[in-house]
Amino acid sequence: MNLEQLKRLKEKAQQQVALREGHKKYRVVVSMGTSGIAAGAREVMKTMLDEIEKRGLADVEVRVTGEIGLEDVEPVVRIERADGEQTTYAKLDPEKARRIVAEHLVKGTPVENLVVGKEKKP
Amino acid sequence: MIRAHCLICAGAGCISSGAHALKEALTAELKQRGLDNEIRIVETGCMGPCDLGPVMLVHPEGTFYQKVTALDVPKLVEEHFIKGRPYQPLLPKEAPTGAVVNTQRDFTFFAKQQKIVLENCGLIDPENIHEYIARDGYAALGKVLTSMKPEEVIAEIKASGLRGRGGAGFPTGVKWELTAKNPVKPHYVICNADEGDPGAFMNRAVLEGDPHKIIEGMAIGGYAMGANNGYIYIRAEYPLAVKRLQIAIQQAYELGLLGKNLFETGFDFDLELRIGAGAFVCGEETALMRSIEGRRGQPQPRPPFPAQRGLWGKPTNINNVETWATVPIIIRNGASWYGQFGTARTKGTKVFALAGKIRNTGLAEVPFGTTLRELIFDIGGGIPNGKKFKAVQTGGPSGGVIPAQYLDTPIEYETLQALGSIMGSGGMVVVDEDTCMVDFARFFLEFCCDESCGKCPPCRVGTRQLLNILERICSGEAELEDLDRLEELALMVKDASLCGLGQTAPNPVLTTLKYFRDEYLAHIVEKRCPARVCRDLLQFTIIEEKCVGCSVCARVCPVETIFKVGGQKKYYIVQDKCIHCGACLEACKFQAINKTSEGEGFIPPPRPAVLELPPGRKPTAVVTS
Ligand SMILES: Cc1cc2nc3c(=O)[nH]c(=O)nc-3n(C[C@H](O)[C@H](O)[C@H](O)COP(=O)(O)O)c2cc1C
Repeated sequence: MNLEQLKRLKEKAQQQVALREGHKKYRVVVSMGTSGIAAGAREVMKTMLDEIEKRGLADVEVRVTGEIGLEDVEPVVRIERADGEQTTYAKLDPEKARRIVAEHLVKGTPVENLVVGKEKKP
Repeated sequence: MIRAHCLICAGAGCISSGAHALKEALTAELKQRGLDNEIRIVETGCMGPCDLGPVMLVHPEGTFYQKVTALDVPKLVEEHFIKGRPYQPLLPKEAPTGAVVNTQRDFTFFAKQQKIVLENCGLIDPENIHEYIARDGYAALGKVLTSMKPEEVIAEIKASGLRGRGGAGFPTGVKWELTAKNPVKPHYVICNADEGDPGAFMNRAVLEGDPHKIIEGMAIGGYAMGANNGYIYIRAEYPLAVKRLQIAIQQAYELGLLGKNLFETGFDFDLELRIGAGAFVCGEETALMRSIEGRRGQPQPRPPFPAQRGLWGKPTNINNVETWATVPIIIRNGASWYGQFGTARTKGTKVFALAGKIRNTGLAEVPFGTTLRELIFDIGGGIPNGKKFKAVQTGGPSGGVIPAQYLDTPIEYETLQALGSIMGSGGMVVVDEDTCMVDFARFFLEFCCDESCGKCPPCRVGTRQLLNILERICSGEAELEDLDRLEELALMVKDASLCGLGQTAPNPVLTTLKYFRDEYLAHIVEKRCPARVCRDLLQFTIIEEKCVGCSVCARVCPVETIFKVGGQKKYYIVQDKCIHCGACLEACKFQAINKTSEGEGFIPPPRPAVLELPPGRKPTAVVTS
């Protein structure tokens, strides 16, 4: 073992515990109330998890939450950026979910035609 | 992708309350619902609030669940992992206010702590070296070996102000220097993981929860002091800690973080475990070294100190688990960073084990200078069942009690000493109004008397005689002169004993005499135990109005001294055969048994003219007096 090897081991291992330490750049919040689940929110979430993993995005965490007041347009996903910017997407399906990962989470550009709300929280 | 981590506390406390069953149930449930590739289960070391166990922490949200059983798992998974809302019934409540706590960060028990030594405990899997490395593990060892001279390491530890956590608070850097400068070779380093105080489990938590931190600290110390061999002396009563250490040592060897040529610098360091049989005295450093050598664990006079003549006669440095575990953190963050915590005299943090009559039993780490009140009432949640705080015993059996008027004392080695107690290794036993302080002192003294190794008479004979006097006081057979004898003997044992065991064993007696003398006097003069604990001084009577005549008390009485009142549905206790065991009190569902300690003025209720045998009792029982 030398310093360089230890550093590489650390980088690899960090992904294992980073989730417990917080401070991610993006937080994906999936609305998982009864209406969300009925409209296919779990499929949407699984697709996103899958896509995030495939692309090796380390700076993203995914949470589920109860209804967020948009029961008519489920599945709903909100993307929160560490700086407080929040973007809400509605009426999603796996295909749209994939696009959001590719555009919003990878490139940082929201998929405007799917956005139903934007907010800036301190 | 894994979206959540479910950290299950696998400290010894939570394991005994069912953490393994919880883990199995959770594993099965996640699998059955197809969530097993979204959610990962991790077993960690102790999270702290042992009384709430089994506890579980879910990230990324940081939701903290208490008393989670296998039966709760289906609902918890449905609510938390499917629907994304905290499962309310298992959220903890803030002790005095009853407010529901949503995340770990908001729980006063955690929020008021400063976790430095425990930074990884309850966060990483202690059986996986990679998780330790992810948290900057072994980086301090790498830094020391590749860029610092041994003298610089010692200078850094000195500058940090680190003091030994084994009890005496001796400056660690100064001690290291003594060993380092000794020209006799080879040198050894030892980790004292004996932790024999009843009620103390701080070291166990680090051993079980973050074993690599100790290994790394010892390797750094080995380098600084020119030692290539280290020993961890640990008691056999800590099987889980032993297992986790063994795994950790093996993993460190496999990655080349122990053994030969560490970090390609030519420095070799080997580490071995030595299992002790659990004698309290073997925590004393000279006894400990003899035990490692395979001899009987008995203390020896100092000097020579271990740094002069230690293990196998060679210069040796012994530090406590917590001391070693702090070393990598100081190296990593720097002495001045460490110096920002604590007080002018005592830097850093200390882990305390909260036990006894306190709501949040468990482990808490706070900076030195935190007051007893903050630790016991804010973090510890105060005294349960609406009872009143009476005293806190710090420092285990060799410590002393501190009464309520000193609750605002900042915790430091010197401040506790000024009150007649000691810091010890950080045990804190809280007692409430239902504790008899004489009995409490007797309990701790009995422990020290049992654990005395027998080598020096002041300790061997003195503690026994002290115990005899205390037993006489507790049973109401003492006279006033006994109090002077007790005090005189206590001071003699303190002054004349060979090692710390005897030197500190009288502390519980001396401090209770100082702060609770009235309780001693009540026992001796009035033959009364104010807290109604000392059995020989109690009286049990039946409150006639409350008795419904159910006969339960008479049935459970082991000496058959409870009788039916002739012609009535009432019962009566004949005093002279009563052994004050309290079985009737426990059995009565109508609060009809009265426990008092009225001393010689006690007058039993008038004896009914006729007493009958209760149903089911054979007529062999004879009604005496
Ligand atoms: C009876 C007795 C028991 C002791 N038990 C322990 C113990 O369990 N753990 C410990 O670290 N030190 C214990 N000590 C203190 C050790 O002798 C020694 O001072 C300590 O390990 C030094 O480590 P430190 O400099 O890191 O504090 C005990 C001392 C006495 C007299």
